[in-house]
Amino acid sequence: MEWITLTIDGRTVTVPKGTTVLEACRMNEIPIPTLCHDPELSSYGSCRLCIVEIEGMRNLPPSCVTQATQGMVVRTQTTKVRDSRKTILELLVANHPLDCMTCQKMGDCDLAKYAYEYRVTGELFKGGERRHLPLDDSNPFILRDANKCILCGKCVRACEEVQGRSVLDFSFRGFHAQVGPAFNLPYSESECVFCGSCVSVCPVGALTEKKMVGQGRPWEVEKVQTTCPFCGTGCNFDLNVKDGKVIGVTSNPEAPVNGKALCVKGRFGMDLIHNSERLTTPLIKKDGEFVEATWDEAMDLVAQKLGEVKQEHGADAISVLSSARCTNEENFLMQKLARAVIGTNNIDHCART
Amino acid sequence: MKTLLDPCCDRCTHTPETPCRDYVRCLTEGPICHDDPACKAEKQRLLKEIKPNEENQQIFVCTGTGCASCGAHNIVDSLNEEINHQGLANTVNVVPTGCHGFCEQGPTLIIEPRQILYTLVKPDDVAEIVQKEFVEGERVERLLYVDPLTNQPATTFANANFFAKQTRVVLNNCGFINPEKIEDYIARDGYKGLTNALQKMTPVEVIDEVKKSGLRGRGGAGFPTGLKWSFCRQAIGDKKYIICNADEGDPGAFMDRGVLEGDPHAVIEGMLIGAYAIGADEGYVYCRAEYPLAIKHLEIAIRQAEEVGLLGDNILNSGFNFHLFIRAGAGAFVCGEETALIASIEGKRGMPKVRPPFPAQSGLWGKPTNNNNVETWANVPHILRNGADRYAQFGTEKSKGTKIFALTGKVNNTGLAEVPMGMTLRDIIFDIGGGIQNGKKFKAVQIGGPSGGCLPDEMLDLQVDYDTLTKAGAMVGSGGLVIMDETTCMVDIARFFLNFSQSESCGKCTPCREGTKRMWEILDRITKGEGKEEDLDNLEHLAVVVKETSLCGLGQNAPNPVLSALKYFRPEFEAHIRDKNCPAHVCSALMTYSIDPDKCKKCGLCAKSCPSGCISGDKKTPYQIDVAACIKCGTCADVCKFGAVIRA
Repeated sequence: MEWITLTIDGRTVTVPKGTTVLEACRMNEIPIPTLCHDPELSSYGSCRLCIVEIEGMRNLPPSCVTQATQGMVVRTQTTKVRDSRKTILELLVANHPLDCMTCQKMGDCDLAKYAYEYRVTGELFKGGERRHLPLDDSNPFILRDANKCILCGKCVRACEEVQGRSVLDFSFRGFHAQVGPAFNLPYSESECVFCGSCVSVCPVGALTEKKMVGQGRPWEVEKVQTTCPFCGTGCNFDLNVKDGKVIGVTSNPEAPVNGKALCVKGRFGMDLIHNSERLTTPLIKKDGEFVEATWDEAMDLVAQKLGEVKQEHGADAISVLSSARCTNEENFLMQKLARAVIGTNNIDHCART
Repeated sequence: MKTLLDPCCDRCTHTPETPCRDYVRCLTEGPICHDDPACKAEKQRLLKEIKPNEENQQIFVCTGTGCASCGAHNIVDSLNEEINHQGLANTVNVVPTGCHGFCEQGPTLIIEPRQILYTLVKPDDVAEIVQKEFVEGERVERLLYVDPLTNQPATTFANANFFAKQTRVVLNNCGFINPEKIEDYIARDGYKGLTNALQKMTPVEVIDEVKKSGLRGRGGAGFPTGLKWSFCRQAIGDKKYIICNADEGDPGAFMDRGVLEGDPHAVIEGMLIGAYAIGADEGYVYCRAEYPLAIKHLEIAIRQAEEVGLLGDNILNSGFNFHLFIRAGAGAFVCGEETALIASIEGKRGMPKVRPPFPAQSGLWGKPTNNNNVETWANVPHILRNGADRYAQFGTEKSKGTKIFALTGKVNNTGLAEVPMGMTLRDIIFDIGGGIQNGKKFKAVQIGGPSGGCLPDEMLDLQVDYDTLTKAGAMVGSGGLVIMDETTCMVDIARFFLNFSQSESCGKCTPCREGTKRMWEILDRITKGEGKEEDLDNLEHLAVVVKETSLCGLGQNAPNPVLSALKYFRPEFEAHIRDKNCPAHVCSALMTYSIDPDKCKKCGLCAKSCPSGCISGDKKTPYQIDVAACIKCGTCADVCKFGAVIRA
């Protein structure tokens, strides 16, 4: 690997060739604010918050899309840079509802974080026009408040690049630019499959998990990393647990299999955990009615019935269908049961077709 | 009837499938492949039919968009009718052409070979023109152009200051050929630049020649064209594209439209030469859909070039292939930015992308792509036809060649003027443009479109070239010159241009999307008399942030009109804020209307016209305006025949 050396804020740092200035800064724990950057998505360079001063370059180049080069001299914290970042944040805040107290994103909002850090007051452009767009409350999973959108385009890229759906894009121009499905349709009428990738990348409260609204603040929630039980892919995510109760699921960027990506079932299908109609014991039908039974009773009954079928009609009269919700290990055990215990090769799996 | 394009005899074998390398030269100097005096004579006769001479007089009627909207097509019809009626059809030919550039005086027509220019022609004038010119051999004096500088009628178009001070290289054919006929272009040395390139030069030599000419991009940025081509040539790729940016969108700029409408083959020939030099075999012209005539002429030109084998495969038996397509833009200003333009051709939303990668490495559909604008491409045939040295004799040391400017606003001669780089603004506005309308005082010129700057009186002796203008806070841009007189308010103008940039911002980057909006709001406030003392500092600060942090040229240049207006006209801003006064009497909120009792003739017209009924008086009492009820619409001042209404 080829290495290059550059100077950032007076420090000499060495990074691999091909690194952006932003990556070089982050590798060396030099903080740079970003709203539109995500290492899992393509470079976009739209929020302009990561601007820096680079000797020999005109204007203030955005570090996220500027390649670090040998001998480059970068300054990330000059008055000019900080002042410009503050102005950009003021511009965003001037067109953003300041209902942080009731916003689901409070405590986890990047805009709020940087506004605080840069001492944004919201006074500079006070009194100017603001957007008044309707809330998209059309579906059970995702709440979309376009008034909070900062048009970083992360959701657009996540939908296109991670999920391959391209449901979201920009529409209108200038101050009236918006992000949303084609023809400004609500999510429910669009081609959205509700994977929630857009929610997982949104840096502000424009896209939130609807069922988590009002259920808990980030600092009240314990994040428990787990593997999704819905299929055998092995996606990881964080169960958000408050007072011993799962209030929802959020992506865990460190998840080795899936990163931040999940499907609708994994992200939004966890309400079964605390569902009052959830089965908690086996049921055996007696006289046409399901009656609660113990696991031993249930196992014995199944073994007895299968034994009878095998004795009367042979092992090949039985077939076994396993589930994609089982892990590979469980599926292995299932075929072992079919072949070695029952004695048939009639074993199949729902995900085979 | 035989045309110049038809084979002279059976011995001619040229077709698009079996192309002849000497095809273009053959049409004007041929035949080349055989020696037959009869064939030669026939070719010369057909050539003579195209070029004007005493036996074949031609009336070039401008039917460009400007003149067509003033009824030029009726004039063509009337001329044809009258010529037939007078039995002159064998000696006089009516040619509908592209723009003469003299839009203020349209419809215009030029009679060749005598170079007579008639302006503001109406269908009723046609009979008199034909009678005098072609029967009596005299002039229709009343239709001759009277130069506002000399007050003398121009005896020929070349004598009129508007034309005399121009150097027409790119516009050489505009107005003097029928743009719907490829043979007209070929008769005026068309496609000879391409022939030179294909027959005598390697691609690298073509690039070197363009480099040597000093040609720089005419779309605004002024990047050296040859150098740009070399980047794309050197890029590694199995497929390369070239693009012609015809998404001309600056308010008041219409030179690209003029070229496409009037001389589409010049653009096609330029692109062919560029494609050969770069190694591209496919090209696109991205033209805004609001230019239907330009698109129509280009479509015809492409079809004709394909029919004679100047577009397609194995062009002029050189092994070089090139196919050209048109894409009509949907009207977004930002699509003039090349990465947004490329996205739009690909069918995506026109939004600029960050560079690198530059289009030369990864452009259209991820392939190396070279993009130049219409005027740049149209310069190329001249360089290859006559050589770089001859081209480079025009212009300044660092800005070579000529530039077309679109003169608009409060200038006498609205229109297109092509001048050598380095001419002063004063010469362009006062000599070619004929000065300011109605004898008013010049105030400022907005140069370079909505992203350019407003330059005041004291900058009029500035040489117009890329580097001088940039230094002055303006830019050549696409070459729009919006001339403003003393009745223009610079705060209002800055607000107007900001409104344009804001509406046309794609919304991608924060400073352009949100910043131009807040700048507009501050300016709007000032024009309404609600400006605060700190507004100017805030405006200037925000303008600098937008300029330095925006993603593409639109955002980076959008603050230019504001910054230049603040630099050169700051007292006018201060008057709005401190004195609540608009010195140019434009900002209606800051104006008061009153009636001078001495001048009032008590006719009552003002009171009758007043929409808010706030004027009272009678035959004995001078009329008075109730200031509190006045909505400041200015109707009273407009209708008063005695100048009794005072705007202040």
